Amino acid sequence: MTAAGTARGHGAGKAAPGTDGPVLRIADLAVELPGPHGTRVRAVDGVSFDVPRATTVGLIGESGSGKTMTAHAVLGLPPEGATLTGRLLWHGEDLVTADPARRRAVRGREIAMIFQDPLAALNPTQRIGRQVGEIPRRDRLPRAEVRRRTAELLDRAGIPEPERRMRAYPHELSGGLRQRAVIAMALAGNPELLLADEPTTALDVTVQSRILRLLADIQAADGLAMLLVSHDLRVVSHVAEQVVVMYAGRVCERGPARAALRRPAHPYTAALVRSVPAVRTRTALAAPLPGAPATPANRPDGCAFHPRCPLVRARCRDETPQVREAAPGRWSACHFAEEVLGE
Amino acid sequence: MTRMIVHRLLVGLFVMWGAASLIFLIVRAAPGDPATVLLGPDADHAQIVRLRASLGLDRPLGAQYLSYLGDVCRLDFGESHRLGRPAMDAVLDRLPATVDLTLTATVTAVIVGLTLGMLAGGRPGGLLDRVVSACTIALQSFPTFWTGIMLVLVFALNLRLLPSSGVGTPQHLVLPAVTLAFPFIAIIARLTRTSLVETMSEEYVRTARSKGLTERQVLLGHALRNSLIPVVTVVGVQVGALVGGAVIVENVFAWPGLGSLVVEAVANRDYTVVQGATLLIAGIVVVLNLMADLLVAQLDPRIRTGAV
Ligand SMILES: Nc1ncnc2c1ncn2[C@@H]1O[C@H](COP(=O)(O)OP(=O)(O)OP(=O)(O)O)[C@@H](O)[C@H]1O
Ligand code: SF4
Ligand SMILES: [Mg+2]
Repeated sequence: MTAAGTARGHGAGKAAPGTDGPVLRIADLAVELPGPHGTRVRAVDGVSFDVPRATTVGLIGESGSGKTMTAHAVLGLPPEGATLTGRLLWHGEDLVTADPARRRAVRGREIAMIFQDPLAALNPTQRIGRQVGEIPRRDRLPRAEVRRRTAELLDRAGIPEPERRMRAYPHELSGGLRQRAVIAMALAGNPELLLADEPTTALDVTVQSRILRLLADIQAADGLAMLLVSHDLRVVSHVAEQVVVMYAGRVCERGPARAALRRPAHPYTAALVRSVPAVRTRTALAAPLPGAPATPANRPDGCAFHPRCPLVRARCRDETPQVREAAPGRWSACHFAEEVLGE
Repeated sequence: MTRMIVHRLLVGLFVMWGAASLIFLIVRAAPGDPATVLLGPDADHAQIVRLRASLGLDRPLGAQYLSYLGDVCRLDFGESHRLGRPAMDAVLDRLPATVDLTLTATVTAVIVGLTLGMLAGGRPGGLLDRVVSACTIALQSFPTFWTGIMLVLVFALNLRLLPSSGVGTPQHLVLPAVTLAFPFIAIIARLTRTSLVETMSEEYVRTARSKGLTERQVLLGHALRNSLIPVVTVVGVQVGALVGGAVIVENVFAWPGLGSLVVEAVANRDYTVVQGATLLIAGIVVVLNLMADLLVAQLDPRIRTGAV
């Protein structure tokens, strides 16, 4: 355990002095999966970004770009047979090389996750209260205290009549209440970083905005850091301070959310923005992304985006662009980022 | 929940009626009848006709069927003329031996099958998994009578550890119960393994892991109970097959249970005994299935509250 890891101690170290740096620094993270015919597929390839303290970072990209995989890697729960390389610096302590016990200790209590599909994420045979109160219960708090704490968590997550809802089974709740229960569950260990994987995609549009509001409120009130995975650019531009754009397992752009979505530094971000009507131009005309997304399994050589890129040149096909700072605070993995920014 | 029970009971009644009707037809489809068997090969035609009439076997099939159903509804299963006593008395005399056998076999199969299945499913692809899977395939592919004979050859005749047939001591129970349990162990082990592996890849198991639980806590606290749900359902259904297997095993080991009684009764065209035994077995299977359903409902709240 590193000095920074020890300094964080038990809950008290949430704003420990001397930790002005990001709570989480992801450096050159790669997740390799077994592919067909004994090959290895890099589903996440050289991903680097920071999650600063008490900040929401949006993680966007098309389906299959590796957003969920990245979040699972941070949690230390990659798919069966995957290998993790690179560094996950949690308050300076590398979680990739941390021993399993330390990894478990971080999980749920320092870094917690809200999963994509609340119905699947809840155990169908256990009452909500039992699942939400699992961490306090495992901490051997007295029963009454566990109950009180569980009700409090459900109440915080905006569940009315928490005492009654505690006794319900997941299938007895509406989608919105289920997602709130999952949020309550994630808060149970007093985490410092929340990984929220498309927390609203399984919900009705009206419920979606309320859940986002709730998450934003909790994030602000508790000073949580949050990695918000979404493919909804509107959500990200509203809620997140920073944004990371992924394509085929790699980062193609990162920077301040508003600025990056208003004036992208990467043609892929620009194409994503154009595909959503209201974000930039507020016109009803959206331009859907041309072509099919590249997958990590058959990633084109050079710039992975080049078959779909309107600015493609010869260089893009052979030379893989590195993520670099194209303008202050604006990082892009495009050979011609300055040109894109200048458009 | 109550609706489910009522529904299952109605289905059970229907099954009983089906079993009663089928067995009524099947015993009568075989050549010969109780009268010819009772009187022996030397009887003349007139004697046979007279006995038939007194047994009511000369009446039209439909009329016989209706009075049979009526009797069954009044729990009157008729006389066994060969045994000279009520058919159900003869059947109930033999029931305890069969219960001993099937219960021992079931308990053995459940304990061994679940253990093997969990060991194999705990580490899919591991050495234990491969050994267990090879064993279960072997167990499942041998016919019961063959396993029975092999066990007798090895443990009774060669090693002289256990008696080969008959009743009396608990040792007598070992070989028949094990023979009967073998295919059942295989079914339970394979199902438990598959179910556990599937459950461990469920998203709620990942949620449990995301709370920082150890693998052991995840298994005991979240995966085990849920993975048992399909196992219980199948065990409930398979107990019927087990009772069927008991008929064969009882005959291989000269075990004085229902199975050997039924085989004798069929050979002697003892209609009432065959019918009584069949109905009793059907009734037991219906009750066991209902119990399995109730247990599944106990394990799975979605069923209990009628959501599935
Ligand atoms: N368990 C797995 N085993 C092997 N490959 C996987 C597994 N899960 C995902 N993948 C692959 O890894 C890549 C990244 O998937 P990931 O789920 O991280 O995408 P995502 O960005 O979260 O997409 P979505 O928006 O659809 O959730 C995809 O190409 C996917 O096919
Ligand atoms: S590097 Fe080339 S292909 Fe890739 S995004 Fe930039 S311009 Fe397009
Ligand atoms: Mg995803």
